Amino acid sequence: MLSIRNVGKIYPNGEHALLDVSLEIGQGEILAIVGGSGSGKSTLLRIIAGLDHPTGGSVRVDGDVITAPHPAIGLIFQEPRLLPWLTVEQNVGFGLSGLPRAEAAQRVDQVLDRVGLAGRGGNWPRELSGGMAQRVAIARALVARPRVLLLDEPFSALDAMTRASLQDHLVELWSYDRPTMVLVTHDIEEAVVLADRVVVLSPKPGRIGAVLDVALSRPRDRDAPDFESVKRRLRQALDHSLHARIGAEESAPALAI
Amino acid sequence: MALFDLVVPNSALFPGGTKSASLPVRRWLRLPDGLLIGLVLPVALALFWEAAVRFGLAQGRLLPPPSRILDTFIGLAQAGTLWQHALATIARVVVGFALGTVAGTLLGAAAGYSGLLRRIVDPSLQGLRSIPSIAWVPLFILWLGIFEASKVALIAVGVFFPVYLGVLGGILSADRKIVEVGRIFRLSGFALVRRILLPSILPSYVIALRSGLGLGWMFVVAAEFMGASEGLGYLLVDGQQLGKPDQIVAAILAFALLGKGADAILVALTRPLLRWQDAYAGGR
Repeated sequence: MLSIRNVGKIYPNGEHALLDVSLEIGQGEILAIVGGSGSGKSTLLRIIAGLDHPTGGSVRVDGDVITAPHPAIGLIFQEPRLLPWLTVEQNVGFGLSGLPRAEAAQRVDQVLDRVGLAGRGGNWPRELSGGMAQRVAIARALVARPRVLLLDEPFSALDAMTRASLQDHLVELWSYDRPTMVLVTHDIEEAVVLADRVVVLSPKPGRIGAVLDVALSRPRDRDAPDFESVKRRLRQALDHSLHARIGAEESAPALAI
Repeated sequence: MALFDLVVPNSALFPGGTKSASLPVRRWLRLPDGLLIGLVLPVALALFWEAAVRFGLAQGRLLPPPSRILDTFIGLAQAGTLWQHALATIARVVVGFALGTVAGTLLGAAAGYSGLLRRIVDPSLQGLRSIPSIAWVPLFILWLGIFEASKVALIAVGVFFPVYLGVLGGILSADRKIVEVGRIFRLSGFALVRRILLPSILPSYVIALRSGLGLGWMFVVAAEFMGASEGLGYLLVDGQQLGKPDQIVAAILAFALLGKGADAILVALTRPLLRWQDAYAGGR
């Protein structure tokens, strides 16, 4: 349903951010994109979101070519990015202005309840903790019932405890409507906890280095041996992608030692 | 007591920051406290001048003692003249401020949103801004006549520039990350301005409105100097021509009270819009 074909991105300064990236993502699939810094993973996500334009190739959702933000696609940023002048419920309902008031209010209540913030609707964003604010941001994206939900390192600014609980929570939220999810992360464990499939991007220029299937049943136990083994395989793929750059100038110093 | 209502200490300068005052009782207790300190200097100066004139150390002919100014002030108020003149002045400021604010907000928002419009309009407006606004007076009189229209136009010009600059500057420095949220929800044009850009600049917008209002009071005097049959500015000119310094100072006093009162009203009206702010509210 989400189809990325030969997407390339060259920055105005001539730097290749992405080179010929192609991916087919199925309905309800959770895909994680991991990669080191400079691998273009955030750029790829912004292109899917319609916030950036590719210099080559195209992205389609159910056949529609993405040229601008699309109603079927929601995005959760690294920071909550709540609008500070709106209350929690106004923030969550921000994208629902086209709906009748009663229906919008009912949807907002339902999604606030799902993210565990029932009764917090009247609060100002400044009154929330980092984890609560990010849950509001998730609610704001989910309330519009997107068919595709994009997440750009959504938990990277949170402490480890909050992060783990929000990861589990996200899977639970996903299970209601089962949107297609594309998650960008640099956290290997996060990718293995959440994803059905993990794409490893190699840096400079960003391109697909490896694709890993995560054949683990849900809910996933972070301490299980097979979980650990998938993590290990993913780490190896990531290490490999970091060292296999085009041209071998990076490996030359290692040879010289 | 009227004076006490008009003067809002501390919080007047930094609206929205009343978090530290959890109990309303404490806020009320603090009010006269802040006033007292602020009143020490003017009261001491007034008493000093009063005493100097009383004891024959100064004549008080060009600067009358406070008691005589107060007499004149009360006399003018009781005769109704003060209200008549004050109302005329207030009406001009209100209309001029409204026109200047609307024009400044619309043009500032449009120039902030559209780079093309900004490149077309902004250089000319910045050029016009560097003209001392009083220099428009002869032209406005030629164009609009000697009556209300030219006065209101001058005030509106004075109010326009701080509001325009405040809105434009606010939008140009708006947080890109917040604007992106608007784009993700497919807002553009007027909807983006109304739902994202303008709310995000509200705090600096209020500051711009306050400096615009301050300039409005400044320009109403200039406008009334250029020929008016009523208004506080007329009282000033009249006092000068007839050699009545007490009337001049009484009119100045009225300006001070009105200016401060109007600012306090503006702050009170905009405070509900800024409740959300998570700001350093200044030393308490």
